[in-house]
Amino acid sequence: MLSESDLGALAITLKLALLTTLILLLLGTPLAWWMARSRWRFKFLLEAVVALPLVLPPTVLGFYLLVALGPHGPVGGLMESLGGRSLAFTFTGLVIGSVFYSMPFVVQPLQNAFTAVGRRPLEVAATLRASPLDRFFTVAIPLARPGFFTAAVLGFAHTVGEFGVVLMIGGNIPGETQVVSIAIYDHVEGLEYVHAHWLSGGLLLMSFLMLIAVYALNRRFSVVQP
Amino acid sequence: MTIEARFRIDRDDFSLDVDLSVPSRGITALFGPSGCGKTTLLRAIAGLEYHHDGFLKVGDRTWQDSDCFVPPYRRPLGYVFQEASLFAHLTVRRNLEYGIKRVPAAERKVSLQQAIELLGIGHLLERRPARLSGGERQRVAIARSLAVSPRLLLMDEPLAALDVNRKQEILPYIESLHNDLDIPVIYVSHSPDEVARLADHLVLLEAGRVTASGAISDMLTRLDLPLAHGSDAEALIEATVAGHDEAYHLTHLDFTGGRFTVVRKELPVGSAVRLRVAARDVSLTLEWQSGTSILNIFPAIVDEVIADGEARMTVRLMVGGVPMLARITRKSASVLGLKAGKLVYAQAKSVALLS
Repeated sequence: MLSESDLGALAITLKLALLTTLILLLLGTPLAWWMARSRWRFKFLLEAVVALPLVLPPTVLGFYLLVALGPHGPVGGLMESLGGRSLAFTFTGLVIGSVFYSMPFVVQPLQNAFTAVGRRPLEVAATLRASPLDRFFTVAIPLARPGFFTAAVLGFAHTVGEFGVVLMIGGNIPGETQVVSIAIYDHVEGLEYVHAHWLSGGLLLMSFLMLIAVYALNRRFSVVQP
Repeated sequence: MTIEARFRIDRDDFSLDVDLSVPSRGITALFGPSGCGKTTLLRAIAGLEYHHDGFLKVGDRTWQDSDCFVPPYRRPLGYVFQEASLFAHLTVRRNLEYGIKRVPAAERKVSLQQAIELLGIGHLLERRPARLSGGERQRVAIARSLAVSPRLLLMDEPLAALDVNRKQEILPYIESLHNDLDIPVIYVSHSPDEVARLADHLVLLEAGRVTASGAISDMLTRLDLPLAHGSDAEALIEATVAGHDEAYHLTHLDFTGGRFTVVRKELPVGSAVRLRVAARDVSLTLEWQSGTSILNIFPAIVDEVIADGEARMTVRLMVGGVPMLARITRKSASVLGLKAGKLVYAQAKSVALLS
């Protein structure tokens, strides 16, 4: 069965994934909107940066974040000089790392969804007296709804599954930065296969259920589209 | 009151240079081949595209000049796109309400109910756009654009994406806009048939330039323009229903040049109709013919004669001030001695009623 520290890891994992997803939806929506609409010549550079975590080994990303967030890094140093503490080995640090790590999984579905909406519905809304902000909230977002759902679920699931980044910048502090994927690793290291089974099975089931929900709902949404 | 539009657009593959003044009542057709700049001009008028070298004034309101550009959502216009472009996430009713909600109550002249009735879409209100036919969708789109009480309605080939039957389904509704609402319409089309049915005013565009513009009946019969030279060349005549001949089952239609008699139509006396007389259906005689089966004969004055190829000539006639065309052989023209100012009799073999 699950031990108390396993439950703690589970709670931290869910909290981390929820918070990361929320932040990514807030930051990713304007970014994806801009990337879908902009005709800026160098847009591809930004697209490459957003996609980087897809190909970068998580330990590399984690290493650079550790350097940046640690007491001698630019961010961590700034925090310390302001009387705080460096962000390495803290939950906040984990959230920052996860936001970078899961960014493409949120931004890309949103960008695709906004691109699929196209210009026409927004032009129609403009001729129906809707201001740019009004059009964004009443036309672009509702029409991109399947993309939002996909983005949220992928961002959440991907954050739940991360390992390398968390290990690098979060360490493995039970009750503070120990997430499920690392707890499983610890169990295996300690030959506690029963615990590892429970946690792994739980994650497997959760991931599968979330993907089922994505595909089922996207099919329903796509029927509504003309 | 007029609509004045001046736009200069220079792109690598396309240029538009237009200085246009159209009456702000009735339907003005922008007519020309694909790629001539009709849609670009319409989008510039709507403000959907910004071109810095532009001037646009509708009535007493300036929508664009060198130091002002009213964004499209602040222009009191309606726009019907080639594809209906309904909001897929809203029902028909909420599509219609989308614009109305954003128009201040004091500016609402067309009610939702009026728009619904004009386009005959009352039975579709709770449906989703995906469950409408192409024709129904376009009717909803037209109603939606009317429901914002536009001071100017822009229509970009609203029938082009539809098959012939759907076109016939929608044309009467667009024609009725004309009579039921006093909203000026700019209608982009490359279909001569639509133009003949709908337009009051015609602007000819070619390669980004306005080649001619004027009242539809003049434009169709001007011999210096291509419209009068095609095999479908025709004249339009506005007439009113004068009465019915019950014995022979005929209807009399009066216009300033005389009276047409056609096979009976169920139209109330006094209603306005538009007639179309093809140039190839008009023959000319020097004297009034009595022993003829043709009912519609009018005295006319030859206005202009011009050769159409080796064998044919096109004759522009004035029938009581109304222009008509006749397509005859060069030989006939020579035998009759046709020249400007000559009095002849025009016999119309067939007449089509447009509305």
